[in-house]
Amino acid sequence: MWLTADESEALRLSLAVATRSVLWSLAPAIGLAWLLTRRRFAGRTLLDALVHLPLVLPPVAVGYLLLLLFGSRGMIGGWLLRNFGIELVFTRNGAALATAVMSFPLMIRAMRISLETVDGGLEQAARTLGAGGVDRFVSITLPLMLPGVLAGGITAFSAALGEFGAVITFVSNIPGETRTLPLALYTALQSPNGEHAAARLAALSLLLGLGGLLLSEYLARRVRRLLGR
Amino acid sequence: MMLTVAARKRRGDFCLDAAFELPTPGVLALFGRSGCGKSTLVNLIAGLLRPDAGRICLDDVTLFDAQRGIDVPTERRGVGYVFQDARLFPHLRVAGNLRYAERRATGAHFVGLDAVVDLLDLGALMQRRTHDLSGGERQRVAIGRALLTQPRLLLLDEPLAALDAARRDEVLPYLETLRDQLALPMVYVTHRFDEVLRLATHLVLLGAGAVLAQGSLGAISLHPELRSIIGPDEVGAIVDGRVIGLDPSGALTRVRVGRGELKLESPEFAVGTALRVQLLARDIIVSTRAPQALSVRNSLEGTILKIDDDTGSDLLTIDIGETAILARITKVATCELGLTTGMPVWALVKSVSLRGHAFMAGSRDA
Repeated sequence: MWLTADESEALRLSLAVATRSVLWSLAPAIGLAWLLTRRRFAGRTLLDALVHLPLVLPPVAVGYLLLLLFGSRGMIGGWLLRNFGIELVFTRNGAALATAVMSFPLMIRAMRISLETVDGGLEQAARTLGAGGVDRFVSITLPLMLPGVLAGGITAFSAALGEFGAVITFVSNIPGETRTLPLALYTALQSPNGEHAAARLAALSLLLGLGGLLLSEYLARRVRRLLGR
Repeated sequence: MMLTVAARKRRGDFCLDAAFELPTPGVLALFGRSGCGKSTLVNLIAGLLRPDAGRICLDDVTLFDAQRGIDVPTERRGVGYVFQDARLFPHLRVAGNLRYAERRATGAHFVGLDAVVDLLDLGALMQRRTHDLSGGERQRVAIGRALLTQPRLLLLDEPLAALDAARRDEVLPYLETLRDQLALPMVYVTHRFDEVLRLATHLVLLGAGAVLAQGSLGAISLHPELRSIIGPDEVGAIVDGRVIGLDPSGALTRVRVGRGELKLESPEFAVGTALRVQLLARDIIVSTRAPQALSVRNSLEGTILKIDDDTGSDLLTIDIGETAILARITKVATCELGLTTGMPVWALVKSVSLRGHAFMAGSRDA
């Protein structure tokens, strides 16, 4: 391999954290996207704003809020630790949570755009054919919003690879556990004579990002053809 | 066996308040101008809209009853729906669309996939993607899909309105086949009277959210409210007749209508076939004496029931026994012939003018 041990470790960790973060947020994002697009309920605007909050908050603030909530003595974090022995602070699961929260709005946005193009008339037609609510969602809505699910997933994955502020605040910068590519890059820049390492890591990030974008475009085209658009 | 609907629904400024019945099986046409509430009414029957008040029953099953708090959800009503825009699922092929309905069918099974494919000639389309289909093909698939839910009632909301003339003519015969081969009650929404003429057994005239008239096609064809919707040139009695044989010349089909007989230039029909004939009021000549030495082949003897003023001319309703026909004549003619109600007259119809207005009535009428 033409990557150093540290580099490949950071790369593997980044991929693992991003994958986990996307897998965790996929189902809630689909549900919330559907709720926010198709339902009218009290508090919808507030929920919408909450979901989008990570887009406008400084990532460090998000990381700090996560620490308050999910820290070992936080409301949710303490409960998780006591009942399930799950520890999030200083772990890669914590890094995945931080990136999931940060990339959640991007994922939801892509899904909502796609869901808005799904003709409600088709769901009505499914009703007249005997499909109940869940059946209708699984057999009609979900397949038709698949381009948005894919686009949202890939966008969120790419964003997760680059998440820095929330991660370093919430789970710190531990080699082999939470030091993902951007954190490794930052560490390299902080150390004397680290410029060469930083340049290599930056190039690696660039390749990853470009690859992600190209893959997303390719998949979107495939799915569109599959759906006949 | 009956569909009974009595429903009220307010949507903004528009208020629908309609009640009608369809003795099943039969084809009930909901006919009226655009915006008169036809589509709203079928959506209420399907359960896609909720009435503010009223009752909807199909046979002995209550689908909706505001007072008793019954509202069966659409997916459990057993009511098939063919939308104007077909609404085929784009991520499934034709076969997938049909199986989607087949898998979710709940009611008593009366038609299988193979039968539907045969009935609507879908065999060649099964593996096609829905966006590659023509408008007519899409509608055929949509009809087949609705049938495969084994519905107890089929709603068709202007299924031909989005098609051009050629495509319409391509789909219409399939709808006739459906009516004649499956004893399935249908509610057919349309704003085109020629479709009513070809398909319906019963007619509900809708105007501004209210039922203006309802009854058999023959009875409504004489109704004054129909005239204002279809215009004076299309006014004419629709009479049910029965083929009694060929004219001695062999070129004309003899059809018994009321007490009289008509001779039609039409393809050969078997003796006993039920035919529906529309006699346009403007094509009828009225004589006060039995016609002699005329080239006109058809004369029906009858009695004047009433004389109505209609857009500047007179519209006569003439009882020809069992049924009545309409004739439009000038006021001058009424005056000079001294026509009054109760007078015996002869209605003359050029046989040629019947061409294009002879339709097979539903076989169940035979």
